[in-house]
Amino acid sequence: MGCGSSSIKIKKSAKTIRAALIIQNWYRGYRARLKARQRYALTIFQSIEYADEQGQLQLSNFFSFMLENYVHIQEKDPTLVNRLFGCAPQDDRGRQECVGIIEVPESYSGPRLQFPLNTNSLTIMIEAFKKQQILHAYYVLEILFETKEAMKQMPNFTHIRTCPTKEITICGDLHGKLEDLLLIFSKNGLPSGYNPYVFNGDFVDRGKCSIEILMILFVSFLLYGDDLCLNRGNHEDFLMNMRYGFTKEVLSKYKIHGKKILQVLEEVFAWLPLGTIIDDEILIMHGGISESTDLNLLHHIERNKMKSVLMPPVPVDKDSGTETKKNKGHVPRGVKLSGSPSDYLTKHEWEQVIDILWSDPRGKRGCYPNTCRGGGCYFGPDVTSKFLNKNHLKLLIRSHECKPEGYEICHDGKVITVFSASNYYEEGSNRGAYIKVGFCTTLRFFQYQVTKATCLRPLHQRVNTIESSAIRILKERMVSRKTDLIRSFQLQDRTKSGKISMGQWAFSMENTLGLNLPWRTLSSHLVLTDDDGNIDYMTCFHDIQIQKPVKEAQSALIETLYRYRSDLQIIFNVIDSDHSGLISMEEFHSMWKLFCSHYNLHIGDSQVDELAERMDLNKDGSIDFNEFLKAFYVIHQLDNLNKSNTQLA
Amino acid sequence: MADEKEKESAELAVADLQRKVREAFEVFDHELNNTVDVREIGTIIRSLGCCPNEGELHDLIAEVEEEEPTGYIRFEKFLPVMTNILVEKRYRPIPEEILLQAFEVLDPTKRGFLSKEELIKYMTEEGEPFSQEEMEEMLSAAIGPESNFIHYRDYITMMVIDEN
Repeated sequence: MGCGSSSIKIKKSAKTIRAALIIQNWYRGYRARLKARQRYALTIFQSIEYADEQGQLQLSNFFSFMLENYVHIQEKDPTLVNRLFGCAPQDDRGRQECVGIIEVPESYSGPRLQFPLNTNSLTIMIEAFKKQQILHAYYVLEILFETKEAMKQMPNFTHIRTCPTKEITICGDLHGKLEDLLLIFSKNGLPSGYNPYVFNGDFVDRGKCSIEILMILFVSFLLYGDDLCLNRGNHEDFLMNMRYGFTKEVLSKYKIHGKKILQVLEEVFAWLPLGTIIDDEILIMHGGISESTDLNLLHHIERNKMKSVLMPPVPVDKDSGTETKKNKGHVPRGVKLSGSPSDYLTKHEWEQVIDILWSDPRGKRGCYPNTCRGGGCYFGPDVTSKFLNKNHLKLLIRSHECKPEGYEICHDGKVITVFSASNYYEEGSNRGAYIKVGFCTTLRFFQYQVTKATCLRPLHQRVNTIESSAIRILKERMVSRKTDLIRSFQLQDRTKSGKISMGQWAFSMENTLGLNLPWRTLSSHLVLTDDDGNIDYMTCFHDIQIQKPVKEAQSALIETLYRYRSDLQIIFNVIDSDHSGLISMEEFHSMWKLFCSHYNLHIGDSQVDELAERMDLNKDGSIDFNEFLKAFYVIHQLDNLNKSNTQLA
Repeated sequence: MADEKEKESAELAVADLQRKVREAFEVFDHELNNTVDVREIGTIIRSLGCCPNEGELHDLIAEVEEEEPTGYIRFEKFLPVMTNILVEKRYRPIPEEILLQAFEVLDPTKRGFLSKEELIKYMTEEGEPFSQEEMEEMLSAAIGPESNFIHYRDYITMMVIDEN
């Protein structure tokens, strides 16, 4: 009767519940593994990014070493020394001289601006950039000169106040991603007297529209003064720009006038304020602090003397003894520098600026050198409390680190990181965010993510994209250290079987590459494991190799050149002071000798000579170094399934 | 002698498992102070290949939490519990056939598919219901934006391939 059918119903229901549970359980497991893979990929991106920055800062050592030993450069090319040490005889080429001679041709179809600028200028420019038009060099230079003059008047820290009628919007790193800036403006409105903004550094590098972002920010700054605060980031630095893409962007968009633009930009960057303070309570700076950060001192230093983080501080003269050589570089004795010591920051001042542009907050108490990046430090919650109390502040807002959710609060709510470049590493890697500060310093957080498609792709596709991207760059790193890795594996392979344990493999990888990554978990992507759980280590290199530009060149040499190609790019760029793209064979030889000696590389002279000879395609005694470096790239075997293997002559 | 060797290799195996747990933990330890947010524990455990359901996860969290919950789980408490789970091979993942059978239970007339509405109903009303985010994500992978049906056999096959 009733009982019979209702018990069937109950049974059916129990069965349904069990089935639902199984599916839910399975899906949650699957989803969690996707999220974990996403995290691993981000860890890879971040580790490699910071390792690169470390390489960048170590370059400063090389420059000092180079000048110390390369006497010829000093004598023959005093401008090189000046470039590296930022000496003051800035050829104050008259603005008239620089811009006055440029004419905007009739045929130019990009935006035309009127001076003095007005709100119309901003909207015209933004509309043009949306259509991917390029602003003519004439306008760029005018804007840069105006900005420089206006910034010179600004103090090191801009003090602003909230009021009941308007909120202040704080944005973090943009890194040349114009779509993110435009998305922020569409959600939050354009800057104006009623809609103040603070942009916390790193406007350029990596993305493709750095110059456009600068133009928008500088024009807004010229229009709205204190309602548009710009803080300097560690990427507002011409030597960083050489490695991370901004220099390249400018030179390719502005073929004739690019050089001039870069030269004026150097100065504008140096004049950017160091930070912003809201209501005397909230301090906004790009990186962070150290235990020795002295806000008073920072208020008073001559900030424009900090041209680049790679430029060492004040020279030590012959009589006052040697300075100990630290990672931050030193000026060698015997280098004749024009300009008086007062043209430079003191070592102490220089370190103070590095700290605020490069440091990162961490959970561990105390203050430690920032070994990942090679500059600034890691500061703990105790350092934050002490600093905030001492300076009667309540909150530190900083940027500098990519966060999956666009922002992150730490140190008991006393430090907030805000990062505004969504999809920073790869499509789908992270969201961007901005913060709105209201009257009485109330905070609201907003997040977003730029997408090309109209709707988000499914999670597993997005994860696959970032994962394969991350594994790809990790493999490139591995192949660039192939010789060292093989040596390390072989040392552990007592029986010469070609196999080592997982633990041994992980140890070698971590120590040779200097990357703290979850190697055991990543091993399935990188190497083959046999049934006993042992690693066949040579399979690390199976599906990736460095293209040899010249057949006879030995692998070790190719590998070295590939590994150091970013550093070499910068060194060449610095030597090539007229931006011609060419350096002489002589310069190449001497520089290469020094490089090997400093970085302890054992590459025979004759090998390099031969290589250089081959690269001198015109046989005119000069090397086009961009061509030279382009020749060293990595082939991923899987790519070749689609295209044919092209060999360079 | 054989016993000793066995013991040694067992110890090595455990040490290896422990390092694996440490690696998975560290990736989520954002502040590098040997703690993770309690909300990420589920992800960590599942990323190590285990499949506790929500109830079991709840109990595990209680095991590794501090007496006065701080919202953070410390590594020292997590490691022994997690290592044990791995050594004892608890919370094994669900075999493909069982998963298929579960879908078939929800599709008693054996059409070979479920409608979007049906799937939503079961997943958000029965068992340990999905949150809106979980439901949306599952749908985005299972069907296109225009479609209304989930052909579960194909879906399962696709997910399994992706995992491997």
